[in-house]
Amino acid sequence: MSDTLLFGVLPYLAVGIFLIVTIQRYRQRTFTYSSLSSQFLENKKHFWGSVPFHYGILFVLFLHLAGLVIPDMILAWNAVPLRLFVTEATGLAMALIALVGLVNIVLRRMQVSKARTVTTPSDWIVYALLGVQIVTGIGVAIFHGWGSSWFATSLTPWFWSLVRLEPELSYVSALPFLVKLHVVNAWLLIGFFPFTRLVHVLVVPNQYLWRRTQVVIWNHDRHTTRSVD
Amino acid sequence: MDVRSQTALVFHLDKCIGCHTCSVACKNIWTDRKGTEYMWWNNVETKPGTGYPTKWEDQEHYKGGWALHNGKLRLKSTGRGRIIPSIFHNPSMPSMDDYYEPWTYKYDELFNAPEGDDQPTARPISMVTGEHIDIKAGPNWDDDLGGSKVYAENDPNLEELTPEVRRQMFEIERMAFFYLPRICNHCINPSCVASCPSGAMYKRGEDGVVLINQERCRAWRSCVSACPYKKTYYNWSTGKSEKCILCFPRLEAGEAPACFHSCVGRIRYLGTVLYDADKIVECASKPDLELVDAERELILDPHDESVIAAAKIAGISDDVIESAQRSPVYRFVKEWKLALPLHVEFRTFPMLFYVPPLMPVISNKDAGPVRNDTEDIFSDIEKARVPIKYLANLFAAGNEGKVRSALKKQYAVRLWRRHVTVGDITEETAKRALTDAECSVDEAEAIYKLTALASMDERVVVPPSQREMAIEALEDPLEHKQSMGFGFRSAPVRGQ
Ligand code: SF4
Ligand code: SF4
Repeated sequence: MSDTLLFGVLPYLAVGIFLIVTIQRYRQRTFTYSSLSSQFLENKKHFWGSVPFHYGILFVLFLHLAGLVIPDMILAWNAVPLRLFVTEATGLAMALIALVGLVNIVLRRMQVSKARTVTTPSDWIVYALLGVQIVTGIGVAIFHGWGSSWFATSLTPWFWSLVRLEPELSYVSALPFLVKLHVVNAWLLIGFFPFTRLVHVLVVPNQYLWRRTQVVIWNHDRHTTRSVD
Repeated sequence: MDVRSQTALVFHLDKCIGCHTCSVACKNIWTDRKGTEYMWWNNVETKPGTGYPTKWEDQEHYKGGWALHNGKLRLKSTGRGRIIPSIFHNPSMPSMDDYYEPWTYKYDELFNAPEGDDQPTARPISMVTGEHIDIKAGPNWDDDLGGSKVYAENDPNLEELTPEVRRQMFEIERMAFFYLPRICNHCINPSCVASCPSGAMYKRGEDGVVLINQERCRAWRSCVSACPYKKTYYNWSTGKSEKCILCFPRLEAGEAPACFHSCVGRIRYLGTVLYDADKIVECASKPDLELVDAERELILDPHDESVIAAAKIAGISDDVIESAQRSPVYRFVKEWKLALPLHVEFRTFPMLFYVPPLMPVISNKDAGPVRNDTEDIFSDIEKARVPIKYLANLFAAGNEGKVRSALKKQYAVRLWRRHVTVGDITEETAKRALTDAECSVDEAEAIYKLTALASMDERVVVPPSQREMAIEALEDPLEHKQSMGFGFRSAPVRGQ
């Protein structure tokens, strides 16, 4: 029953909220899409929080996505024990780096009074969810090792069954508690995402890499506007 | 030739009295909101001094503007691919401590304090945290050389001066200073725009005003680092960067920007210049000493038939061309070569120009008034209380010749007018000075008039913005008839 709720209903609920609210927010309150950086208020501790956190979390996130999208290639790569070991060790190391970053972020937000004034309840919810997510992830890596391989035979098929709208809970029902917690928290994170500053992830400035250097915006068609003679 | 029109500015430093009226006018209109308290889109610095934010001119530290990298222009801070490692933590971003922490006072404590033996006091509190703070510095702590040991002596422009000259500058009897009012320069090659990863920053095509689209700004803060003048500011409360908008709502209504309107010394001039956008990169890539000329070369003669023809092809209206022909800025910058760009070596091609201050030694305590009709008329300029080298570092990327000729011409005009009005200088001397400064009598009179007598309409020639026509060119104005009221961004629909 609770499995149905957590692994059959929650994912759809979370994704539904995610899509509806991010789109509605982007269309009606674009102004609120901002990374809300507080670097300006405190410039030194910021480095030791933001930088390790972002690099760590992005790397780990990328590994997870690879596990979902190209499980066969991951399995093939992991077939050699040394390579499996390398995958696991880097994943764990990057998760630890992300954790260090998050701890520094939270400490800074608590200790630096200027940073504290711009920290909202929604920020604390984000930190809590991310904290649980990273800690459980590290726990899974340590206590239920070789996840980069068993992932492909349990969570990946379950994920695709969700996508096909035919959730097959049998894939996940036998997973250990820590893994379940990690997964459920991930859906919570996705559900809360659109209400928080996390939306800045959706507006990363990729077009900067190829757009023209200078931006000029005209209020008229340069070749047709003429003054009245 | 890709002709564009630009609203350009001149500040005549000889006339600035350092009253800060401009700053206050701006603050009252634009930056009295939460998160903007520390911002001074218009600020007035004392030079020599370290300015606001502290030592903003030191690009070794702040990494603002452009640098030549193997002959190519490159942002000093975080262009293109280099944005990726810096987006999580911008390495050259100034923090609030580089500006100052804004504060107010607990005034209510003055009224509510219980009766006691001591006078009640209003303690300062931070406008960021609301907590008590010890005020260490403000935006203008070094006004009129206050604390010159800490501030003025650390002015980055003094670096190339010999220790002897520096010592002399700070002798108490010789100390001299002038004011440097600063706003965003609405540069032709803005590094702020080029650095914005979101593409939220842009230059308005029709008048070159540089703006930040608040809806698209995502707080990546690249512009704050990239502007070498530190004229984009981060609003710590909204998480958006903001900057001087040149009071564009006023410009569009044909009025002068607030700082221009309120300027007590009447030092501010505004007018359209036409420039050739095809040449920007070429001109901005020249060696330092050629940059003043390169910037002048970009600006086109609005009376030249071929320029007018090209401007028309580029969609510039006759009214704007006509306004460019009356532009006081064109006269100061290009015709008379009196006004110079601030720190042109940052290579953004600022569109705010400064007439450098003329500060000759008028008298000293032993010898009485200095006479001006000696053989070498301009020796006074060389002996000016602020060394030419210093001014050249500020206004000509170190090219002393450009500053010297601007000062000479101003001085010659003064001598000429003294000859005309007071008569204690012979016509021969005055004319010799004019010839030396490559200035005709007519030109001298014109300079005198625009400097000393010009009315508001002559000082500020606002180009007609013609937004109504611009919209007609883009879409049918009748399309929106009966669809929208004031204050709506989309058509109001019943029930929604
Ligand atoms: S002075 Fe203004 S236009 Fe120039 S780089 Fe700075 S913010 Fe941009
Ligand atoms: S109002 Fe004019 S005279 Fe006064 S400080 Fe500002 S620029 Fe100078």
